[in-house]
This record gives sequence, C-alpha cells and structure tokens, in this order.
Amino acid sequence: MAIRERLSGNEAVATAMKQINPDVVAAFPITPSTEVPQYFSQFVANGSVDTEFVAVESEHSAMSACVGASAAGARVMTATSANGLALMWEILYIAASSRLPIVMPVINRALSAPINIHNDHSDSMGARDSGWIQLYSEDNQEAYDNIIQAIRIAEHKDVQLPVMVCMDGFIVSHAVENIELLETEKVKEFVGERELEDYLLNAERPVSMGPLDLPPHYFEHKRQQAEAMKNAKKVILEIAEEYEKLTGRKYGLFEEYKMEDAEVAIVVLNSTAGTAKEVVDELRENGVKAGLIKLRVFRPFPVDELKEALKDLKAVAVMDKADSFSAAGGPVFTEIRAALYDVEDRPEIVSYIYGLGGRDVRVDDIKKVYDDLKEIVETGKVESVYNYLGVKE
Amino acid sequence: MALNLREAVKRPERFTGGHRLCAGCGASVTVRSVLRALKPEDKAVIGAATGCLEVSSCLYPYTAWKDSFIHNAFENVGATVSGAEAAYRVLKKKGKINDNYKFIAFGGDGGTYDIGLQSLSGAMERGHDMVYVCYDNGAYMNTGIQRSSATPKFANTTTSPAGKVVPGKQQFRKDLTQVMAGHHIPYVAQTAPFGNFNDIHAKAEKAIYTEGPAFLNVFTPCPRGWRYDTPKLMEIIKLAVETCYWPLYEIENGKWKLSYKPKKKLPIEEFLRPQGRFKHLFKPENQHLIEELQKEVDKRWEALLEKCEE
Repeated sequence: MAIRERLSGNEAVATAMKQINPDVVAAFPITPSTEVPQYFSQFVANGSVDTEFVAVESEHSAMSACVGASAAGARVMTATSANGLALMWEILYIAASSRLPIVMPVINRALSAPINIHNDHSDSMGARDSGWIQLYSEDNQEAYDNIIQAIRIAEHKDVQLPVMVCMDGFIVSHAVENIELLETEKVKEFVGERELEDYLLNAERPVSMGPLDLPPHYFEHKRQQAEAMKNAKKVILEIAEEYEKLTGRKYGLFEEYKMEDAEVAIVVLNSTAGTAKEVVDELRENGVKAGLIKLRVFRPFPVDELKEALKDLKAVAVMDKADSFSAAGGPVFTEIRAALYDVEDRPEIVSYIYGLGGRDVRVDDIKKVYDDLKEIVETGKVESVYNYLGVKE
Repeated sequence: MALNLREAVKRPERFTGGHRLCAGCGASVTVRSVLRALKPEDKAVIGAATGCLEVSSCLYPYTAWKDSFIHNAFENVGATVSGAEAAYRVLKKKGKINDNYKFIAFGGDGGTYDIGLQSLSGAMERGHDMVYVCYDNGAYMNTGIQRSSATPKFANTTTSPAGKVVPGKQQFRKDLTQVMAGHHIPYVAQTAPFGNFNDIHAKAEKAIYTEGPAFLNVFTPCPRGWRYDTPKLMEIIKLAVETCYWPLYEIENGKWKLSYKPKKKLPIEEFLRPQGRFKHLFKPENQHLIEELQKEVDKRWEALLEKCEE
C-alpha cells in the first residue's frame, strides 16, 4: 500500500533520495534548495542511508565531486538552485559529455543580478544545452515521481546521461501538500543497482577518463552524445510505463489537459500549470474550447509529439518563466514555434514571458492570455508576438 | 620509514613512456617519483588538473597511465578526486570493492596555487584520504608561460614580461606549502626530485601511506618556460635547493622538520643565471633586483629554520 503523507517539495525530494539511498551525495546549500542537503545529512547522521555525504565548499566542487564519484562507479546525487547551478556550469557539460548518470533536483530560482531568491526558470533554462536531460514537475508528487524515474533514465544503457529534475522554488519547494509515497522496498526494487561497464574502481580493467580529444575523434563523441539524448525519449516513456504499473500515476513527455477538441491552448512548465488548469476549467464551463500542455520533458525536446499535439489548434501561447534575451521570445517559445514550422495550416503562436523573479502569476493573468488567444482566433490577426505578462511597463 | 630505493626502482613503472611531455620537463620525473612510492599490490585512482601533464599523458585513444585516471577540468582536481575517494569508501563498505586503492591528484601551480586553490583547500579540509601533488613549475606553461602566483619575482613570463620599464613579475611568490600547513592536515611536504631521489621518494611514501589528506609541493622545472638547456634539469633542481630558493621540509602532524640543510648556502644568482627567464636581471643596472631577491630568500629561509627549530 502506498504511503499517504503531507510533505513540502523539498521534503519530497529528500525523501525520494533517502529511499533511493545513493552511494554519494555531494552538495552545497543555496536557497531554496538548502533543505535538501540539510534533510539528507540528517538521514546520514541518523544512519538511515548508507550514503557518503560530501559537504563541499561550493557548487562547482559539488558537481566536480559528483563527476569523480560517478566516474568511480557510484550512484550519485546532488541538488541546487540558481547561482549554484550557474557556478556548476562548466562541470554540467563535463558530466554530460562524460556520460555520467548523475541525478540532480534543481529547485528553480531566478538568476542574479539583481539577486533574488524567488522562482523563475532562468537557471535551468540557461542549462538547456548542457547535455542534461531535463524533467519538470508541477508539484511535490511529480518531483518525487520524477526523481525516482530519473535514476533509471540516467543509468539506462542506451542513455547514460545526467538528469535534472526541476520544480518551482518556494511555490513547490516550501509548500506542504498531500503526497503518495512508495514503500522504500518498492523504490529500491524499481531503481535497482547501477550496472557498470567502465569505471575507475574496476580492478580488472583500469580506465582513463576525460582525455584530450582532438579533431579526429571529438566530433564522433559528440555525435554519440546526441544519439544518447535521442534514445532518451523512448527510454523515458518506457520507464514511465513501468512506473505507472507500480503507482497508477501516468507520465509522458508532456501532459495534455483538455486538448481533445481545443482551439486555443497554452504551453507551460511546472507549477503554473496548476493555476492554468483552473482557468481552463472555467473557460470550458463558459463554452471556450481551451486546453493546456504542460511540458514534462524539455530535454530531449519532444518536437514531433508536440507538433502532433498542437497542429490542430487555432492559436497557441507559450509561457516562459525565463527570458533568453534573444529579443525574440522566451526559450520554450522559440523551440515550439520551430516545431510547428512543418505544419501546413499551422496555428498562430505567441510568446509570454511572465513571473520573473517570483512575480505572482494569478488566475487573471492566465485568463488574459486566453483572452488574447481568443481575439487572435476571432480577428485572424496577431497584434503582438512577443509579450511580457504581469510586468509594470 | 626506511627507504630502499634500490628495491623501489625495480617496481614496474605506472606512468609509461610515450607520453608527449617535452624533453627536459620535470613533470614526468615528479610523477614517476611519486608513483614509485606506491606498493605494487595497491591500486590507484589518479586525477590530473588540466595542464601540460594532462594534455600530454592522455590523448584519446591513448593513455600513459597504467592506473585508473581521470581528468575533469582545470580548477577541480581536488574535488574530483575527493568524489572518487568518497565513492571508494562507500563501495568498499558495501562490499562491492575488495582491492586497496590510493587516491592521488596532480595539478600544476596554475591548477593548484591559483584557479584550483579553493577545490584543493576544500578537499584537504574535509579530510579525504588522498594525496594532492602540485608539480610546481612556476607559471601557466600549458597556455604558454603566463605568470602565476608561484612565479618568482622578476621572472619574465608572457603576462609579466620584462620590458623597458617593468623588469618582469612584480610580486614575490605565494608560499603554498605553508598555506597548506595552515590546514593542519596530517602531512605536508615540500620536495623535489633532488640528488638521489631519497627525499621525494620518502615523502611520497609518507604522503600516500599516511591516513587522511596529504599535500606535496614538488619543484618541477620547465625548460620552455625557464629557458634552460634540457640536460640541465637536475642541475637546476640542485641549485634551487642549494640556494634555499626551494627548501626541502615537511610538517608531519604539526611538527616542522627541515629535510636538508645545504653545507654552504649558495647565492641566489647561481639559481638565476642558467635560466633565460632571469636574463634581464644580469644587466648591470639590475643588480639591485638580484639583491632584493636574495633578501627575500634569506628572510624566508631564516623563518623556516625557526619553525623547524634549526
């Protein structure tokens, strides 16, 4: 029987980590993810995990130690937010390129400057091309479920890539909600043991890792890495199916909410989806054919699946909680817009950047986006492609 | 710890020939001298910071390392090896690994004194059972001889060039060995592949087989950066030690001990003269710069003697 609990997002993440019982956790505190290493070090202190907890002196060293430990053959986890993720940047790429299956909850927070501890997605969006798989989570339940699945995804022989599990700082990390946990034995059975081929502590076969890789080989290695990311899509779905059998909770590449006959829809990530679903329900009651897509997997980018899901709409709004400062829309927007290029009679698509630095996103804000979409459908005209929502202009 | 160098040299090499380090480079001598102290039955995980050693020893698909080896980035070999060591501890505890492993990190002075100082300090402070070996060649040689905080004052480097107005690097070098002593770890030593290699061998053995973190600072000449004739490698090392520019000493559990006291301390000029990087100091108008260097060497040497109660 599943265990019913009430946990904050950070508690849910730490609980998943406790049940996974990784070999090594190397972490450094940063708001709002600080509680994750705090709770975890308490588990270590109480002997409820076997993990070596390495209390490093920075996030750069956290990821560096994770690389060393994972290369050595350990199952490795860490957690961070915002500037901490930014400090890891260089090593994020090395972890992915070295094909190390590290799993890292990222408790999304705005990047400096100006310094701000509240939620947006500028941290993980900035890391979108680092070669990490990215899973996004609407609430504590999804964060918990995603972390358990992430271990299997990362370590799958066709993937061997690190995974970030993202959730919204404070909104989810510090909010206590109901959650259904798996029994620890079931988690242990689901994640199993890490299967190893080449690792530093293989006494039979010493290995050199992290070579200088010049033009005759570098490109081939990058190509293999790209292939692994491509493989990840299938693996993510297979593991989701297996997880559904265990829990009854269904996960895909994205969630489609009331999309069957929808004419207008928005695409969002993380907790905003909860607010947006309320709006969709209300609009539906008023006869508006509104739908919602909540992206779970942003890396690999489910380009074909999204194209299929969006192609029959009349208008789409993509809501980005991060600005890419390209002066041409948010990061999720540009990719979804590109995904629709091959659709013959493609929907209109507009960008909304919202909620930066923790600016509240209210039901009325989301309603405004749907109103704009309705107007686009009614008039056939797009007044403004690139929009900022809820900002004082 | 009794040394039998005659026996030790018979041990199989763990760093093979065929690497691409320059002729007359001290780095391979330092590495081989340190690894020779490993008992043949013990396995090792070796890390290297980005630098000459790493790019010359592990070029895909080749490696000069017979032990497991990892390179991560420039500034993080301390953290990287500490992670591998943490993995070893837990996997051994779980019974997944039976062999004995030793953990050794190598970094140049760039990767150690400068960009990697934080990572080194953290790894040592946390008490990992590992040895950090700095092969100190006194500049960023891999990128083309830029100054580091280990570069001697007045040395000509490509970012502290000796010009008409400024005579080379303007600062005395950081004393990293003493910074590491301040970490109060079980073992810190300053050494060099000097004389019959007794000093470096004994210190490497102590560092590797002392439980907990250990730090070795190894004087490691670079013919390209220092501008000496490649066969003069051993002579340069000897002059560094005999002039007390690079004293040999160790701090074992807080106890300072001088390892070698020159019978007759040579003037610093002797160390400077064979090196092209100090050529400008021998112009008559720069005599006072050599005097300034001599004063600093004397000051540091006297302070060290005091610490070692000599």
